Amino acid sequence: MKKTFSISGMHCASCVTIIERSLTKVAGISSATANLATLQASIDYDPELVSDNQIERALEDVGYKALLHVQKDSEELTKQKELRDLKIKTSLSLSLGLLILWGSFPGLRETAPKLLTVSLVQLVLASVVQFWAGLVFYRATIPSLKHRSANMDTLVTIGTTVAFSYSAFVTFFPNYLENLGIPPEPYFDVSTIIIALILLGRFLEAKAKSGTSEAIRKLIGLQAKNARVVRDGKDIDIPIENVVLGDHIRVRPGEKIPVDGVVLEGTSSVDESMVSGESIPVDKMKDSEVFGATINKSGSFVYKATKVGKDTLLAQIIRLVQEAQGSKAPIQRIADLISSYFVPIVIMLAVATFAVWYIFGPAPSFVFATLNAIAVLIIACPCAMGLATPTAIMVGTGLGAGRGILIKDAESLEIAHKINTIIFDKTGTLTKGKPEVTDIVLTKNSKSKNADEILSLAAAIEKNSEHSLAEAIVTKSETRKLDLPKVADFAAIAGHGVRGVVNGKSLALGNRKLMTKEGLDIGQIESNLEKLENDGKTVMILAYDNQISGLIAVSDTVKDTAHEAVSQLKKLGLEVVMITGDNHRTAQAIGEKLGIDKILAEVLPQEKESKVREIQEQGKIVAMVGDGINDAPALASADVGIAMGSGTDVAMESAGITLINQDLRSVVAALNLSRKTMRTIKLNLFWAFGYNVALIPVAMGILYPFFGVSMNPIFASLAMSTSSISVVLNSLLLKRVRL
Amino acid sequence: MSIDKIFVLILGLAGIIFTYWFFLMKKGKETAVSEEAQIIVEGGYTPENISVTRGEKTKITFLRKDPSSCLEEVVLGDFHIRKYLPLNQPVTIEITPKKAGEYKYSCGMNMYHGKIIVK
Repeated sequence: MKKTFSISGMHCASCVTIIERSLTKVAGISSATANLATLQASIDYDPELVSDNQIERALEDVGYKALLHVQKDSEELTKQKELRDLKIKTSLSLSLGLLILWGSFPGLRETAPKLLTVSLVQLVLASVVQFWAGLVFYRATIPSLKHRSANMDTLVTIGTTVAFSYSAFVTFFPNYLENLGIPPEPYFDVSTIIIALILLGRFLEAKAKSGTSEAIRKLIGLQAKNARVVRDGKDIDIPIENVVLGDHIRVRPGEKIPVDGVVLEGTSSVDESMVSGESIPVDKMKDSEVFGATINKSGSFVYKATKVGKDTLLAQIIRLVQEAQGSKAPIQRIADLISSYFVPIVIMLAVATFAVWYIFGPAPSFVFATLNAIAVLIIACPCAMGLATPTAIMVGTGLGAGRGILIKDAESLEIAHKINTIIFDKTGTLTKGKPEVTDIVLTKNSKSKNADEILSLAAAIEKNSEHSLAEAIVTKSETRKLDLPKVADFAAIAGHGVRGVVNGKSLALGNRKLMTKEGLDIGQIESNLEKLENDGKTVMILAYDNQISGLIAVSDTVKDTAHEAVSQLKKLGLEVVMITGDNHRTAQAIGEKLGIDKILAEVLPQEKESKVREIQEQGKIVAMVGDGINDAPALASADVGIAMGSGTDVAMESAGITLINQDLRSVVAALNLSRKTMRTIKLNLFWAFGYNVALIPVAMGILYPFFGVSMNPIFASLAMSTSSISVVLNSLLLKRVRL
Repeated sequence: MSIDKIFVLILGLAGIIFTYWFFLMKKGKETAVSEEAQIIVEGGYTPENISVTRGEKTKITFLRKDPSSCLEEVVLGDFHIRKYLPLNQPVTIEITPKKAGEYKYSCGMNMYHGKIIVK
């Protein structure tokens, strides 16, 4: 077995050799490699011989620490620590900032203790905020300037440093400014409160942002920790990582199923809502598939592990959601383009603002120009633009995953809101894909007393047949628990049906041709036959003792949710199309039942893709819904492919959206999710752009010539912090959406 | 116009031109890598632009040394990768680019950029 873990204390090439040597000395570790670049080690080991303790001890002996369990939680811990630091810095700088404001703001100054009004005291307090709490801005700005890059921190650093340096100058050389006709007033309140408010904004933003990635954490948290494996007739609890393919696992009522597999013995019902979004528990019996992370409700069973580790359905869902969250929506391109030029442009605008107000501004023009330039630097909010799309995509894809809707990438999510035509594959998508007995009709002169007798005769003879319709009849007789008579002289007549002898009397089951061959007149049942056939059913005639006794109709039944889903899609204004290989009459019948007007019948599987293209060529934006296996090419060629009821790799690869459950209303939910996410993104972008476009000119002082007002940099920092938080909060509102 | 105002005007114009040149006219160097690359995340990405071979599996390790939250995520949109970069802890991703071309990567808020050039 392989294991990779981080090591602390590794800092040179010789460490690599020492670590590798000490690890390979442990009995049970066959090979070990350490990597200085990644600060990690990988070992090949036998888990039954080597424990985590032994690995830790081996490294401790040579002066290193194995971080065996750190990997999983490091992100969480680091974020928590960052949040804690941020909270302390925010509270302290806010308190100091408010004290300085009390001691310097006209009107308030008079009520403040004398000490707070002393510039030198303010300088000391402001220095703590500037160089301790605000150190984070300098630490980001200096290296980024080395790269000739600029970001939000650059703007804050320049803005607050200018305010702080000017105030420090005023504190030490008040007379110099007085001689120039500038009142020697420090602006320590500006530099400190800006830092405090921006840190506060960052703290709230970080808290809100952690809510956007909650879905992944929840999915990871679903995984079971242990599995009860049956080995040598004994049940033993082992960590889930040690479960191997083919292991027999016992699951008791109320327990979580550890990995994917197939039931060997026992029956139960399983709550699969966490992976499929389906709220009704699913019955499981021998040969049923079960999935890791789902919860066994009643009954206990033993199953064979068929997928472990990264191959389980849950692992694939997590991978898909992570990938979707890493992808970029086309709508983001414009925001990306603007944000890459944004900060340098803001710096240029601030320089221009300073020059214009210095030349044309009211006296003292230097102070007026400086404050306006600082306001421009501080009010600009590139973060809001950067957060607008990804936060909504993260919440949207996470929300989908919780309902069994897996979005492959942001592009699929974006296109899905534009589609105007939706094509459903019939078999297995709109219908259950398994023929069922729908009608049993007794004829007038029937020798049978009731429908059950017809069914038992038909099942008795069909038990010998391998035809797919035969299976439907036999299954129906099993569910009704009927006793089947013995059949002698069975014969299958290709293209006609089957015949044999029951209780010494002849029995035939088949189509019209078979009855004609048997010399029987079907005139009396013709109207019944046609009626059933017009409903899209396949009808078999049963003749017993040379008398036509009854009709059995078999049909692929439509899913319970199909009708509702189609009518909801129509309400959304979409054109609904059904595509099938069935003949026109059968297809028409099912189409009518579901309220689908446009039907493409007798389409061979390989022609489905070209049919999708034909519709696209008419200028339609098309979504194709199928099972994702037989119709993968059609799904791939549609603008958005939607694979239903499948967790297979093929389906996930070819489909933009994968629906894990069989409920057709999930298609509607997926489209609604796309529409709502896109609405949130557009609102976010509108807000982020609108905010900058409207407020940067205000900060530049555009209102001053008309109304005599300009923006205080403190208000600019308040507006800036509110702007990015509001974008994140708006994305979080998506969580409340009902799909 | 007084002398100080003329001086501020000239300085202002020079400041704008300098800002434009400094931030928007830089040319990134290209570093050729084979199979493995390490990118230091500190005030940007070093190296910023890496060139890799088409079809070859390349491991890229990001090591964030910058505490700025702006750089806490790296996004390789074309490869569907968005990764959180814990401070001072290496994070390795794997890519196998199938098509030649330039693929941009950036921080989570698209302030810092780099390129993966596939040849």
